[in-house]
Amino acid sequence: MAIEGADLIKAAAYLGAGIAMGFGAIGPGVGEGITAAKACEAIGHNPREAGLITRTMLVGQAVAESTGIYSLVIALLLLFVV
Amino acid sequence: MDIDIQTAVTMAAYAGSGVCIGIGAIGAAIGEGYTAAKATVGTGRHPQLSGDIFKTMLVGQAISESSSIFTLVVSLVLLFTQHDTHTYLTVAALLGAGMCMGFGALGSGIGAGYPAAEACTGIARQPAMAGRLNTNMIIGSAVCQTPAIFAMVVALMLVFMGARNAPLYPTWAALLGAGWSVGFAAIGSGYGGGLVAGASCEGIARHPKTLTSVTTTMLVGQAVAQTPAIFGLLISFILMFKSFPESTALSAAMAPLSAGLCMGFGGIGPGIGNGSAGEGAVRAVARTPEYSADLMRIMLVGQAVSQSTAIYAMVVSLVLIFVV
Repeated sequence: MAIEGADLIKAAAYLGAGIAMGFGAIGPGVGEGITAAKACEAIGHNPREAGLITRTMLVGQAVAESTGIYSLVIALLLLFVV
Repeated sequence: MDIDIQTAVTMAAYAGSGVCIGIGAIGAAIGEGYTAAKATVGTGRHPQLSGDIFKTMLVGQAISESSSIFTLVVSLVLLFTQHDTHTYLTVAALLGAGMCMGFGALGSGIGAGYPAAEACTGIARQPAMAGRLNTNMIIGSAVCQTPAIFAMVVALMLVFMGARNAPLYPTWAALLGAGWSVGFAAIGSGYGGGLVAGASCEGIARHPKTLTSVTTTMLVGQAVAQTPAIFGLLISFILMFKSFPESTALSAAMAPLSAGLCMGFGGIGPGIGNGSAGEGAVRAVARTPEYSADLMRIMLVGQAVSQSTAIYAMVVSLVLIFVV
């Protein structure tokens, strides 16, 4: 079968989207889990500050999430725009 | 050089079989080695408890071993099944099956080693709790095996149902992607489930009175840790059973292949992360059981956030399968 240039570009974009989102999801997933683990331990030590600890955890996780969202954005760009 | 189809299928079966048992043997060996190390340390500290520790070590290792037994079964099936087929789809299905089961057993094997190791340490610390620790360990490490079982289901389906009357292009890529999806996603869930179960065995040994709330938190945490593997299973099933329109374009093949890759790797991180969150929660519940409801809530919130990237990966996979 003959592979044309446009087809090759589309194929590479699809593969790139999968790799971007697939590998991009590893870091945030692990990092946010560690954050949640430490938040649980902190609440166990000091339950009265549960609200503060939860807030800190969520803000920290949101920052860690950003790289996952970057991956998602790039994946969607590769799929729909490029 | 010309390769006839029967030779290609046999090559794929042998290569898949080797990959399957080669990678699948890693996980269980690490997990069992860790268990044995902890059992040895425990026996050194309390030689009079060697009988109990030895028994628990063997039971725990046997459960950890099951993931590599699954890989052995799939390897043998790949070696000895006769495939009378005239399509290259079988080649993709057999390679996919081998990779699926091989990688799928990695996480479960390592993960199941943690509860067994902590149970051995726990018996050395708290011999009176030996029975309860054994029960908790068996439940915890059995749940760790579920991702490996998902992988085995998909691998066996690929071996026996892979060759169907579907267009070779691009179905070959869908079959290979189906193997990757659940195979890779199972790594994180198996390992994460092990982290939770290990912390619960440690917690019960340190604080025996908290048994009920620790086991409950463990089961909820492990259940959430399994979800990335379930996403992987879902994408695998879609890839196996959806009929793709025939197209010789390279991009038509790359879309399902990439969908499997995306969900597979995308499931690893959230699986480990969910397990890590559950580990922290179980540890805190063991220390302060009176706050177990609050801790369960915060664990679920944290796991939900950690899960989000697996959901992104699933969305991208579904877009790759159904939209583009």
